[in-house]
Amino acid sequence: MISALQSLGASTLAMLGALGRSVLFLLRVLLGLGELARRPRLLIQQLHSVGVLTLVIIVVSGLFVGMVLALQGYYTLVDFGAEQSLGVLVALSLTRELGPVVTALLFAGRAGSALTAEIGLMKATEQLAGMEMMAVDPERRIIAPRLIAALISLPLLAGIFTMLGIFGAYFVSTAMLGVDGGSFWSQMQAQVSFGDDVLNGLIKSVLFGLVAGWIAVFNGYDCVPTSHGVSRATTGTVVTTSLVVLGLDFVLTALMFD
Amino acid sequence: MDNSRRVELGVGAFVAAGLVALFVLAMQVSNLNVFQRAEGYTVIGHFQNVGGLRERAPVNLGGVQIGRVSAISLDQNRLEARVEMTINAQYDDLPSDSAASIQTSGLLGEQYVSLDPGGMPNALAEGDELMITRSALVLEDIVGQFIYNQSEGDDDE
Repeated sequence: MISALQSLGASTLAMLGALGRSVLFLLRVLLGLGELARRPRLLIQQLHSVGVLTLVIIVVSGLFVGMVLALQGYYTLVDFGAEQSLGVLVALSLTRELGPVVTALLFAGRAGSALTAEIGLMKATEQLAGMEMMAVDPERRIIAPRLIAALISLPLLAGIFTMLGIFGAYFVSTAMLGVDGGSFWSQMQAQVSFGDDVLNGLIKSVLFGLVAGWIAVFNGYDCVPTSHGVSRATTGTVVTTSLVVLGLDFVLTALMFD
Repeated sequence: MDNSRRVELGVGAFVAAGLVALFVLAMQVSNLNVFQRAEGYTVIGHFQNVGGLRERAPVNLGGVQIGRVSAISLDQNRLEARVEMTINAQYDDLPSDSAASIQTSGLLGEQYVSLDPGGMPNALAEGDELMITRSALVLEDIVGQFIYNQSEGDDDE
């Protein structure tokens, strides 16, 4: 009984400690961003490995999510004779929720885990310590470009995901389900507003980008420098990012769309 | 060198594709009309009840959309709803005694303002008020009245 309480307390303290370290870590990285402006090549390299290489999974899943939404929505809407509203349904669900959230989840699996493993391995092989020996700050040289690359990539990926999803839905509804293409677009344009839906979705994906990048680089930087520790940190990145993104999405939705 | 050039090209294409996607979302999906708002003139109508009318609802004449509702507010003096409608500039020759009514598209659809043209020779202009208006049909009131009439009829028998 006592030992159970002890372990509960210990894990709570460990969690609080990690939270505190991660916030201080984020502040240090953000304060050291000036150096990144002088070395844009570092950022471009990371944009490639974080953004461009994630593109394939985003493109494919965006198309399929849109197509499934159209199929699924059609069977519900056709009962009410409202299949013209299919465009609205698909566009609103994608711009507001599915675009940012699914992109962030895929991003955590594809790019976040890679970032954590890379940084964790650098730590385990003492490359980070070596950099510090040579008076190179690894937070500015290694961490900052990766964090900013995630922050920039995720909104762009979410935009691509949403757009392809809508076009996938358009293809399925006109070619397979016989919905009129004109009313698909016109109802969508009448109902989807730029400020409320598209812009709020964009804000969401920027925040998700920050969260996903932050969790990934912090888990790598903070991992136990053994092979076991790196593997645990990589798993932790995917799990934590998914949970935080879903929870944050609920809060943001409640705040944005009343 | 060759490799880093490929990286740069890939990143450039990625960023361009992302921006194009956001642009398409703005123009094609949400039909962003920040630039269209200025062209047109505003007319005002007072309604006893606007029902479920919302800003940006369409204004139609003969089923053709000619403008949008730009603002809905309460007129404190008349205790009526004041609806501002922006009519597209190309429709600049509507009779000044046109009547406005709030209608519903379909049984449960969105509400919009329908204009019925009058016969006056002079045209509506910026800031004019539509004198003849008809309020929204509130479905609950009609159902309520129907039930009330029914029960009255039963009493008579």
